[in-house]
Amino acid sequence: MSMNITMKVNGKSVTAAVAASTTLVEFIREHLRLTGTHVGCNTSQCGACTVHVNGRAVKSCNMLVAQAQGADVMTIEGLAAANGDMHPMQAAFKEHHGLQCGFCTPGMVMSACELKGKVTNPSDEEIRACLDGNICRCTGYQNIVTSVKAGLAAMS
Amino acid sequence: MKADGIGARVTRKEDYRFLTGNGQYTDDIILPRQTYAAFVRSPHAHATINGIDSTAAAAMPGVVAIFTGKDIEESKIGGLPCGWGITSKDGTPAIEPPHPILCIGKARYVGDHVAVVIAETPEQARAAADAMEVDYGILPAVVSTGTAAASKTAVHDQAPNNVCYTWGHGDEAGVKAAFEKAHHISTLELINQRLAPNAMEPRAANAVYDRSSESYTLYVANQNPHVERLLMCAFVLGIPEHKLRVVAPDVGGGFGSKIFVYAEETVLVWASKRVNRPIKWTADRTEAFLSDAHGRDHVTKAQLAMDKDGKFLAFRVDTTAAMGAYLSTFSTAVPTILYGTLLAGQYTTPSIYVEVTAVFTNTSPVDAYRGAGRPEATYVVERMVEVAARDMKLDPAEIRRRNFIRTFPYATPVGLTYDVGDYDATLDGAIKMADVAGFAARKAASEARGMKRGLGYSSYIEACGLAPSNVAGALGARAGLFESGEVRVHPTGKVEVFTGSHSHGQGHETTFAQVVADKLGIPIDDVSISHGDTGKVLFGMGTYGSRSLAVGGSAIVKAVDKVIAKGKKIAAHLLEASDTDIEFVNGEFIVKGTDKKVPFASVSLTAYVPHNYPLDKLEPGLNENAFYDPTNFTYPAGTHICEVEVDPQTGKVEICAFTAVDDFGNIINPMIVEGQVHGGVAQGLGQALLEDCIYDPESGQLLTASYMDYAMPRADDFPNFKVGNNVTACTHNPLGVKGCGEAGAIGSPPAFINAVTDAIGVKHIDMPATPERVWRAMQTQSQSVHA
Repeated sequence: MSMNITMKVNGKSVTAAVAASTTLVEFIREHLRLTGTHVGCNTSQCGACTVHVNGRAVKSCNMLVAQAQGADVMTIEGLAAANGDMHPMQAAFKEHHGLQCGFCTPGMVMSACELKGKVTNPSDEEIRACLDGNICRCTGYQNIVTSVKAGLAAMS
Repeated sequence: MKADGIGARVTRKEDYRFLTGNGQYTDDIILPRQTYAAFVRSPHAHATINGIDSTAAAAMPGVVAIFTGKDIEESKIGGLPCGWGITSKDGTPAIEPPHPILCIGKARYVGDHVAVVIAETPEQARAAADAMEVDYGILPAVVSTGTAAASKTAVHDQAPNNVCYTWGHGDEAGVKAAFEKAHHISTLELINQRLAPNAMEPRAANAVYDRSSESYTLYVANQNPHVERLLMCAFVLGIPEHKLRVVAPDVGGGFGSKIFVYAEETVLVWASKRVNRPIKWTADRTEAFLSDAHGRDHVTKAQLAMDKDGKFLAFRVDTTAAMGAYLSTFSTAVPTILYGTLLAGQYTTPSIYVEVTAVFTNTSPVDAYRGAGRPEATYVVERMVEVAARDMKLDPAEIRRRNFIRTFPYATPVGLTYDVGDYDATLDGAIKMADVAGFAARKAASEARGMKRGLGYSSYIEACGLAPSNVAGALGARAGLFESGEVRVHPTGKVEVFTGSHSHGQGHETTFAQVVADKLGIPIDDVSISHGDTGKVLFGMGTYGSRSLAVGGSAIVKAVDKVIAKGKKIAAHLLEASDTDIEFVNGEFIVKGTDKKVPFASVSLTAYVPHNYPLDKLEPGLNENAFYDPTNFTYPAGTHICEVEVDPQTGKVEICAFTAVDDFGNIINPMIVEGQVHGGVAQGLGQALLEDCIYDPESGQLLTASYMDYAMPRADDFPNFKVGNNVTACTHNPLGVKGCGEAGAIGSPPAFINAVTDAIGVKHIDMPATPERVWRAMQTQSQSVHA
C-alpha cells in the first residue's frame, strides 16, 4: 500500500509516495539519499540512525515514516551552518577526537545535541548515562564524553 | 617539532566528512540498474540439504535471479581459500575441507549460505528468500569446543574426529625435565570465550560487471582490498586480476572481521556477470552475528614451574581452539603462529612448550579479532603469573620484576627475538599512575561500605607487523607481508600518497600525512593520502595486526627518501653543484655550507617542465614507489592495572579505575594513539565484563545474535581510563614505531580478571564476569564455572 508523505527535512519541505511499511530511516537514506544517517542494528539498540523529530532525538529505524507525517525532521546533514561550517558539537568531536571510523558518529552527535536543554553542566558520569543508547565500538567512549562536554559548553 | 609533523597532536583530516554525514560507506552506494541480494541461510547447525524448491520464490514480485549450490557446483569455481598452512606435530598438514561459497549438499552452521535471491528491491529479495523451500535433514551438531574431538559426529568427512591439526611448539622434553626439578608448579584451567567482532558498520558489498571491458568492480567493506582481489581472483573465481577492481571506501570499523574473503561478496561478483546488473547486499545485525568470523574460543590448561624464589623455570600450555565450521582466511594461524610464539610474555622463562588442537564445530568460523592470538596468549600468561604470585605469596608486581627480560635483543624459547623494551619502566609508570600506594586505603574504605575491592596487573607483550615475508612463508603463510607506498609529487609541489594499508577508523589520512609533511618539510595540507582502491593503489597487504604505520608507514618513508634523492640530483643541476653536496633541510635543497638553495616546489616544477634539466642522465617527473618488507616483528609492551569494586550482595563488578602505560615506540600523533588505547581497552574490558557468544549446546543455535542478547559495552560501563607511555624506539624500521591498535584489547582482560579474583578471593573466574557468575563464584569458591 502506497501513501503520500509530507514533512520538513533539514528545513526543506519534502513530499513523496512511499510504501506504508517504509521506516523513517529507509525514507531518509533510500528516498531522500541522505546517507549520513546509518543503520547499525535495525532494532533501536545501537543509535547509529538517531535523527531529530520535532526537536527530539529518535531512532529512525524504529519509526515508520508515516509516524513522522508533517514533522520537522533534522538529520546530520542539516546540522552544519549553511556555509558548511560545523555546528559547535561537530567541531567539538573533531577537536577532542570523539570519532574514529565515523559510522556511529552522526547518531552520536544527534543524541549529544539533544542533551542541550536537558542537562546543565553535566558530569562525565551523567554524560555517559545519557549516551547509553548509542553504541560506539572504536573510541571506548572517553573522547566522546570529552567532546560532548565541550560541545554543550560551546552551544551555550 | 614541526607543528603539523611527527609527534604533533594534529586533528584529523577525515573528520569533516564523517561529522557532516558525507562519509561514503559501501551501503551508501547505489549504482544505476541496482539490484539487491538476500541470502537464504541455514536455520540448522548441521543438516543435509536434500532439495531446494525455488518455484514459489521465483514467481514473487521483483525477483531477478536465484542461485543455489548446484549452480556453484556446475560453474566449476573454487571454494574460499585458507591463507595459512599449519603442520601438525606428526608432520601431517592441517585438514582443509572444501569451503564452497554456497552450500553443496550440507549446511554446517546456523547462518551457512544455502542460496541467494536477487531482486529489484531489498524487501523483495528478503521476501522471496523467505519463500524458498529447502528440504533439510537435521543432523546432530558438534557445538562445544572442549568436547568436539570426542564427538561421534563429524563436521567434515575429511576430519572424522573433528581435529583440523595438533600443533606443537617449543621444547617438550626440556619442559618435562624442568617440571621434575621444580620447587612449585602452579596450575590453571581457563576459557577464553568466543566473541563477535561487531564493527558498527555491518558487512556490505556491491558488485557490478561491465560487459564492454569484461571487468568487474566490487565495492566492499574490507580491510585489505588487494588481498581480497588476489584471493577471489586466483583461488575462487578464476577472474584475471586486472579484470577485478576492489574498492573498500569508508569502512565503519573492522577489528579483524573485514580482513577475510567471505562467501557473500564472492557470490555477488560471480552473479553480477550472470544477471548483468549491479548487485548489493548489506548484512543486518543478526546476519552479522551469524556470518562474520568470530574471535577467540579457546579452552586451555597451563602449568608454570618455579624455583623457591618464584623464578619461572618452565611453562606448559595445552589449548583446544575452535575453527568453527570452515577455515576462514587466516583462522589456522591465529591459535598457533600468533599465539604460541607469544607465550614467553615479558619473562625469561627458559623452557616453554605449547600444544594446540584445532577443532571443527558446527558454529560460525573463527578467525582474527582485535589482537588475534596475542590476547589469548596474554590472558594465559598474565592469569598464570597472578596465580603463581598468590601460590608463592609474592606481590604480583614483585614476581613480574623477578622474571622480566632486561637484555636485548632477546631470543625467546618460542621463536621470537624481541629487539628492544623496558618492562620495568612501564610497570613502574603504571604503578605510579594507578596510585597503587593508595590502594590499601581505598580497599579499607570499600570494605567499610560492605564492598570488596581488588587490584589486578597485566604486563603484556605483543608482536605487530608480522614479518619478514620469507620467515612467515616458512611458517606456513601463503602471502607476502610487505607493504607498498607511492609518493606522487605534482608539478606544484603538492603531494598525493598511495598506501596499500587501509584506514577504517585509524586515521591514516592524518598520521601518514604528518609523516610525509615532516619528511618533505611542507605543510600537511599539501599532502593527501589515498587508500582502499586497487584501481589507484599499486599493491597492498592491508591493515591488521597493528601493521599500518610500522610496515605501511615505512614503505612511504622509503618512497619519500627516493623522492628526496632524485630531488637532490635535480637541485644539483639547478644549483650547478654536485648532488653529493646537496642536503635537504626543511623543504629546501641547499648546497652544503653555502646560502645557495632551491625550494622543494621549484624542484618538482623543474621535474615536470624539464627545460633546464639533465635529460641525458635523469628521467623527468617526480613519482616514486617503494615496497617495504620488515626484518622483524615489532614488540609493543606495557603494563595495565585495573581496580574493581564488587558488590557481594549482587556480584556486580564496577571498574573503578583502569591505567595503561604502554611502549609503542615513537609516536606520530599522540591524540590518535590515545584514542586507539581507549578503544582497545574498552574492547578488552567488554570481553572481560560483558560479551559472550553463547550457542545452545544441543541445537547449535546462536542464542546471542542481536544487541538484545549480546552485551555490547556502552558508555556507562566504564570510568575514564588513565593512559601513559614510555618510549623505546623500534630498532629496525625507519620511524622507530611499533603499533598501537591492539594493545588495549590484549592487555586489559587479564588485568580485569586478576582484579576481580583479588577482590573476591577466588583463584579463577571465567570471562565475562557477569554478576551471576561472580556471585556464584563467591558462594562456591569454584575455580571455573563456565559450562
